[in-house]
Amino acid sequence: MDIVWFLVLSAFIFVIGAAGVLTRRNPLVVLLCLELMLNAGNLALISFSRMHGDESGQMFALIVMVIAACEVVIGLGIIVAMYRNRLPIDVDEMSELRG
Amino acid sequence: MWFEQFLFFVGAIGALAGALGVVMLRNPFYSVLALVGHLIALALLFLLLHAEFLAAGQVVVYAGAVMVLYLFVVAYIGGSDEPLVPESGAVARLGPLFAAAIGIELCIAFIASGLKALDSQGADVPPNFGSPGGVGELMLTDFLVAFEAASYLLLVAAVGAVVLARRRRGLEEEGPAVGPRPPREGEAPRPQEPIGTNADETMEVRV
Repeated sequence: MDIVWFLVLSAFIFVIGAAGVLTRRNPLVVLLCLELMLNAGNLALISFSRMHGDESGQMFALIVMVIAACEVVIGLGIIVAMYRNRLPIDVDEMSELRG
Repeated sequence: MWFEQFLFFVGAIGALAGALGVVMLRNPFYSVLALVGHLIALALLFLLLHAEFLAAGQVVVYAGAVMVLYLFVVAYIGGSDEPLVPESGAVARLGPLFAAAIGIELCIAFIASGLKALDSQGADVPPNFGSPGGVGELMLTDFLVAFEAASYLLLVAAVGAVVLARRRRGLEEEGPAVGPRPPREGEAPRPQEPIGTNADETMEVRV
């Protein structure tokens, strides 16, 4: 398979994730869509790694996976804290930090 | 060769279907399950790109551990169905248009790119390309600083999650009212209740 196929696929996945982040209101689903976008980036990084025959791109993808795991842990912690404090689980109503 | 193309299309269709499922399904529980399918399909694509170690890590760490964390939180909060199209909000209405614009731009960038290597199978790689040995050696030589920084980041994230999600005594002592009720329509967020009864329990989380 040509590399460009993988890149176009990763662009599609990124776009779907971006649309989800912009339209969904449940913060859990927003986090899931962020995962989609990070994974699309991973796929592009690994495609370029294959294209150049260099394993460094795979290391980048591995670090991105670590970042994604940290983001999930903190994001889910915030959602659980919202639930404990009985705030609405809705990103549109969480406007306390709005400037 | 045809087998490789067959596998690519299986993985691509699985990944796209999983991604669409994450965005389109109304119940967050099903969204998480769709993401698991998406991640497994992506692992197949990683295998096609000779990234065996990352494919294994994707299945074990991502589809295994991280998604189980998601499932626990969804089960704890009780995922409720929500309407897919929000009533108002310029962001929500313009979001798909914005995403489609990004997609068209990215496709133009890839397809109309002058990079000749994009239309090739990629460079010739040794048979141990992407194996745990190769990636591990790179991790401990060229990318040692990034590796250590990532490990510190994981530690900080773990401590932060414990601080954020710790059960507080003030809420526990309320008795039957401890079960959070769903927020009513148009209700303003409640002010934070006084939580914590002694000095080390007063750490508040402002969200």
